[in-house]
Amino acid sequence: MDTQEGACLPKLSRVAVCGGTHGNELSGVYLIKELMKRRREADDEEQPILVLSNPRAAQQCLRYIEVDLNRCFSHDALNAPLSDSAPYEVIRSREINAVLGPKGSADSVDFICDLHNTTANMGLCFISCSDSDWISLHIFKHLQLCIPDIPMRYLHFDLSHDEAYSLDSVGKHGFAMEVGPQPHGVVRSNVYTTMKTALELVLHWIRLFNCGTVFEGGPVDVFTLVKHVDYPRDCSTHDIVAAIHPLLQDKDFCLLNPGDPVFQTFSGETITYNGSESLYPFFINECAYYEKGIAFSLSRKSRVNVPSLRANRDQSR
Amino acid sequence: MDTQEGACLPKLSRVAVCGGTHGNELSGVYLIKELMKRRREADDEEQPILVLSNPRAAQQCLRYIEVDLNRCFSHDALNAPLSDSAPYEVIRSREINAVLGPKGSADSVDFICDLHNTTANMGLCFISCSDSDWISFRKSRNTGCPLKSVLCHIGPTFLSFSASVSVFRFARWCFVTFPRCVFTAMEVGPQPHGVVRSNVYTTMKTALELVLHWIRLFNCGTVFEGGPVDVFTLVKHVDYPRDCSTHDIVAAIHPLLQDKDFCLLNPGDPVFQTFSGETITYNGSESLYPFFINECAYYEKGIAFSLSRKSRVNVPSLRANRDQSR
Repeated sequence: MDTQEGACLPKLSRVAVCGGTHGNELSGVYLIKELMKRRREADDEEQPILVLSNPRAAQQCLRYIEVDLNRCFSHDALNAPLSDSAPYEVIRSREINAVLGPKGSADSVDFICDLHNTTANMGLCFISCSDSDWISLHIFKHLQLCIPDIPMRYLHFDLSHDEAYSLDSVGKHGFAMEVGPQPHGVVRSNVYTTMKTALELVLHWIRLFNCGTVFEGGPVDVFTLVKHVDYPRDCSTHDIVAAIHPLLQDKDFCLLNPGDPVFQTFSGETITYNGSESLYPFFINECAYYEKGIAFSLSRKSRVNVPSLRANRDQSR
Repeated sequence: MDTQEGACLPKLSRVAVCGGTHGNELSGVYLIKELMKRRREADDEEQPILVLSNPRAAQQCLRYIEVDLNRCFSHDALNAPLSDSAPYEVIRSREINAVLGPKGSADSVDFICDLHNTTANMGLCFISCSDSDWISFRKSRNTGCPLKSVLCHIGPTFLSFSASVSVFRFARWCFVTFPRCVFTAMEVGPQPHGVVRSNVYTTMKTALELVLHWIRLFNCGTVFEGGPVDVFTLVKHVDYPRDCSTHDIVAAIHPLLQDKDFCLLNPGDPVFQTFSGETITYNGSESLYPFFINECAYYEKGIAFSLSRKSRVNVPSLRANRDQSR
């Protein structure tokens, strides 16, 4: 029920934190393992559900064993018939959906935070399929206030809840928390610490929210995906023939204008951006996206006015 | 034949450049592919042999398929009986040894440059191995391996060549020796595995062009002045702290050590930060130079970082032997 000034939403009674959805994104793998080690026996409301999403991939330090787990959670994928020869990650996605979902039902958890790393210089990013999930947007505002020195952005992929394919979409609210740059298969202390601090603040916000705190509204800049750009490739071998240009490398969220350099071929020539609109690039030179045909993605920035928010007083869920 | 002032060594007639020895070290993979594309049909002496060392691993963007190819080239490994179920890389090492070797014979190529990347902040490194007496150039004539002294000369040559090459403002030049093994590699970092960064690719390409240019000059009779070269010699490896039962690592490289390759590490300096936030310090007794700090591929080898001792080697002047082509 929304008041004239703000929004009221049910308490977030059941919260899940997932790590190792990609088994070689090590800050999340080790943070989940650390939290599992330190699990307190105390008050359940303070106790997020902890999930090591892809244990086999984490054990082998691979992104995935057969298919990308973080593409298995659309409504259609979760409800398709399951064959005997289904890939490991498809089976695993059904297990996760049984524990944290079922997605779209009243039994699904209230909130999921899914931990990821990227080789791109993206700092801390929240990735969500909604630009009007007031819970996620308020958590983002809270982190901006508490850790202003950490560069952070809110990324929006415009998909319906059903179409959303990532693990965090199983809950009623949630986002992927992406921290970079970190090579896959490597854990960098500063990246691990950023992720740990950010997660603690997320859980702290949830406790405050559940206790009845009113959070003031305000503006939040949101980056909405427009399109992906692939590497130039050899027509016959499909091999890439260029790398991200040095002037674009590490420039995530710096405005890219038509005519700006984007690629440098292996023989030294510059290729420029031939789009007509200035856009904000991100996932620049993400390792896992070479095989998905993505050199970088482009987004449009917009300002969302987030209403004030408090938990609904009349019910526990 | 050594003169009183310097050394003479046979020309380097057969030269090989290898990339993709680790299939996910992409600067080398793409540089070798680019060179193969541009191969000129001209003078063979100018024409290094080009090898994509591990094509299956490169195709799948993995370090290796079954075993690390770059650990397969010791004399014992190359001469052990080959079973039917030998790993792919063991079979491949024999193929490479047949083309570029046989190692230790008079038929082996004169020079190999093997291209690698690292996730560590090592800049540009030459990694080579030598016998313990490699510093004595009178003995090198008898061991018949010009490789060691050639590599010593690339150092000073690079320093003078590189002064005007802007990409070397990024690169740090270090020459690392591993006693009692034999290989040479050109390592450039930092670059995540599975990723190609333009600046790293360009550094590797520029450095390789200079190596080949130096070899052409050497073969044409240029006399290279001697001089001092700083050499870092491996002393030991240091593993991560691990959980006794699961063997999982329980700490990451400390933020004050991360990216500080070749910055002197003193006893008591922080080296690890546990996942619960505690600092672990270096408990060795000697100040040493760390490198391969947080190299991705070394987690499974039990190496968080390696430690080296720095020494100064006085390299004599060098020229090619005039009387023979090899």
